[in-house]
Amino acid sequence: MPGLEDLYREIILDHYRSPRNRGELAPPAVRAEGHNPLCGDEIQVYLDVKDGIVTDIKIGGQGCSISQSSASMMSAAVKGKPIAEIRNLVRRFKNMMSIEEDDESTPPLDESKPLGDLEALRGVVKFPVRIKCATLAWNTLLDGLDQSI
Amino acid sequence: MSFDPIVVKKDFPLLEREINGRSIVYLDSANTSQKPRQVIDAMSRFTETSYAPINRSAYQLAAESTDAFEAARAAVRRFINAPKVQEVIFTKNATEALNLVAQSWGVANLRAGDAILLTHMEHHANIVPWHMLAAERGVELRWVPLTADGLLDLTNLPTLLDGAKIFSFTAMSNVLGTLTPVRQLVDAAHAAGAIAIVDGCQYVPHNPTDVQAWGADFVAFSSHKLCGPSGIGVLWGRETLLEEMPPFLGGGNMIADVRLDGFSCAELPAKFEAGTPAITEAVGMHAAISYLSSLGMDNVRAHEVEVTTYAIDKLKTRYGDDITIHGPVDPAVRGATLSFKFKDVHPHDVSQVLDQSNVCVRAGHHCAKPLMKLLGANATARASFYIYNSTADADALADALANAGDLFGF
Repeated sequence: MPGLEDLYREIILDHYRSPRNRGELAPPAVRAEGHNPLCGDEIQVYLDVKDGIVTDIKIGGQGCSISQSSASMMSAAVKGKPIAEIRNLVRRFKNMMSIEEDDESTPPLDESKPLGDLEALRGVVKFPVRIKCATLAWNTLLDGLDQSI
Repeated sequence: MSFDPIVVKKDFPLLEREINGRSIVYLDSANTSQKPRQVIDAMSRFTETSYAPINRSAYQLAAESTDAFEAARAAVRRFINAPKVQEVIFTKNATEALNLVAQSWGVANLRAGDAILLTHMEHHANIVPWHMLAAERGVELRWVPLTADGLLDLTNLPTLLDGAKIFSFTAMSNVLGTLTPVRQLVDAAHAAGAIAIVDGCQYVPHNPTDVQAWGADFVAFSSHKLCGPSGIGVLWGRETLLEEMPPFLGGGNMIADVRLDGFSCAELPAKFEAGTPAITEAVGMHAAISYLSSLGMDNVRAHEVEVTTYAIDKLKTRYGDDITIHGPVDPAVRGATLSFKFKDVHPHDVSQVLDQSNVCVRAGHHCAKPLMKLLGANATARASFYIYNSTADADALADALANAGDLFGF
């Protein structure tokens, strides 16, 4: 059995204790909501999108350390980035979570940039039940990006 | 207490298993219970020697299979003291049993403007079927609120029941552990002209059950929570009501006659048992009922009061205000299901840390989201005790919790 240190890395606990980009954005910001039907966790992702760039992002809701830290790291990673780059990052993150892509027509992944803090979540794969916690924010982000078009 | 949980535990092969060299502390029986050797053996033996279709073939094997299936029904009747064996309907689970009542009795008897009364502590299985019916029929759903200590607040019960045709409620909350005053609620329903439906999922496996003493009209429960297999549940209903009701699912076994221009229904209980039922599972449920009956349901209840009292005391003594146990503190009005909040550690994280010590608890909304909202939580951690849990398991829970405190100590 993998140890808890594989899951609860210090950087994850740091993002959980001090979440980045918490709050709300007023309309016309996009608001997307995600639920984990298994545990009842909820998340809201607010996006300001201008000229194809996510200029601001805020995260609301509540959840466990994995879902909250994943959301916090995600917000830091996507803020100020172009949508195309963010979509690439979402795919890389889901790959890291062992989630297979269902659309074979997607362009090849660009893995040239380091994942940074997000690497810390790699250990979640060893705890399959928690993968849904880690990906909740990312799926909600995708929802928000789709709405912003 | 006339049985020793340590001895009982030896009957459960899975609980002999070790993970990483440590034994399993299974505290998730409110979710589903483990199975004793007696149940596993009964199902294997039946499959190896007597399995055949029921109710439709003349050969000896088929007769043996039918007899075994009907013996299970008779065992259920005795277990809940139902007046008549044909009032015991086998379903897929308790959820299907409640859907059966909603779609059969409900559709036949409810009209726009009628009301259905539920409580704030129901499982989704006793909420969603009524939402579905309410949307279909233009029926109003009402809710019995809770007191601060997790009991039903019955102050306005007569008003809530005014105009209600159905009062459906749990005999024991799967989150709070609260035991509800079933007889009192049934009487109030009847006084208002409503039928009374009891969700017995959490109650029946842990307490002596007498549907006649309750005076209820329908009672639903499942096999898998009382040491039997999954895939089979029970709806008990009053014969007079079941007779009047239209069938639920159509198909083989539930018919007396089928013609090109229509069909007629079989007698009870076949009328509500369309298709090939869970035959082997019925045999397993029979074995589970025999097993529990040999322990004695009064003893099961007494054991659970003892272990619950111990666990609450242990957790409160050790952790004080760092732990909040939801629901009533008095073991006399609660079962052995303890939902709790530990410091500010999220229940998923609590459960993950406990898992390192092989302590199995549920974390989540427990299929009771309206109640969760009332508790101001999206989720709780829940430890539930059964016949194979001793006070040592409560100690293991308390010890393992310390790790969560260490890791998330902020």
